[in-house]
Amino acid sequence: MALPPLDSPQWQTSFSAFLWGARSIGATVLTLVLFATYLGIGALAHDSGFSLGWTLASTAFVWAGPAQIIVITTLGSGATVLQSAIAVTVSAIRLFPMVVSVLPLMRTEQTKRRHLILVAHLTAVTLWVECYRFLPQVPRNRRIAFIHGLGLGLVSVCLIANTIGYTLAANLTPLLAAGMLMLTPLAFLFSTARNCRELADVIALVLGLLLFPLAAMLNSGVDILVSGVVAGTIAYGVHRARAGMVKARA
Amino acid sequence: MSSFIGDWHALAVLFVAGVIPNQIWRMLGLWFGGGIDENSELLVWVRAVATAILAGIIAQIVVQPPGALASVPDWLRYGAVAAGFVAFMLARKSIFAGVIVGEIVLIAGKYWLG
Repeated sequence: MALPPLDSPQWQTSFSAFLWGARSIGATVLTLVLFATYLGIGALAHDSGFSLGWTLASTAFVWAGPAQIIVITTLGSGATVLQSAIAVTVSAIRLFPMVVSVLPLMRTEQTKRRHLILVAHLTAVTLWVECYRFLPQVPRNRRIAFIHGLGLGLVSVCLIANTIGYTLAANLTPLLAAGMLMLTPLAFLFSTARNCRELADVIALVLGLLLFPLAAMLNSGVDILVSGVVAGTIAYGVHRARAGMVKARA
Repeated sequence: MSSFIGDWHALAVLFVAGVIPNQIWRMLGLWFGGGIDENSELLVWVRAVATAILAGIIAQIVVQPPGALASVPDWLRYGAVAAGFVAFMLARKSIFAGVIVGEIVLIAGKYWLG
């Protein structure tokens, strides 16, 4: 699907820009990945004992896959509210630089901060990637409407996927239900691996996977935080040591 | 109480444990964006820790699986992840290839085991 040229009358109203945004969910393979991920989250929420309404509310109001599976798995396995909140907030810090980098793409002279609240809410890794791809093809004064359409379109797809995943997990044979639950770790593992930009990210991913089973033996209740902080800090240390070596050589 | 909502306590917990600690970073980005360098040392560390936490969650689901996934033997779950990873790398980091191959190995393996 191609967007209309920048000077097309198609961009004259915000509403049609919104519709073009909503239609653009069909133009990206990431929609398919999101669909599979949220199918898995729906199944995971079902098997962890949460209601469908709760699951949909988590998608609509959290709108960040990692934070959602952290809440579901930690609360589902008996962590306290505080422990979950800490793990979620650490996972969510990455949203800060995403929002900071995305908003200038659509700000104009007339833009007030309140116009950007919904864009900030919709910002997550998929939208962040797509902003860089789509926005150059959208007139600046229609970009907010376009992103509202794209973002709300993606949320709708995920709400539908959640409902299907949740319902299927309740009714599928154990074989296929197991397959659905496996979607979450697979989709997150590979999308995280794909997003690794630096050596520090790769080490954090690999060590994070390997250290969790060790940390789980401590049975501290904050196993995830222990393995995460230790693995992440080691990865950061390697990054620093490497930067130091490059500097020393130069 | 309708079974769609479940209990209101769980919904309140969702907001305190999930929504607020997540949204706060977006709203901070909205209010204080501008002066932050995406490549600053602090953010490199934060990103590494966040990646490792997510990796830990992935490991938790595979190592201590919930519900129906627990009926699949350990070695088959690990094997499915490994096979998916090989496909992911061979297909030039295609998320979809990795997920599909991992799923096929898991489901076919479990089916074959009965």
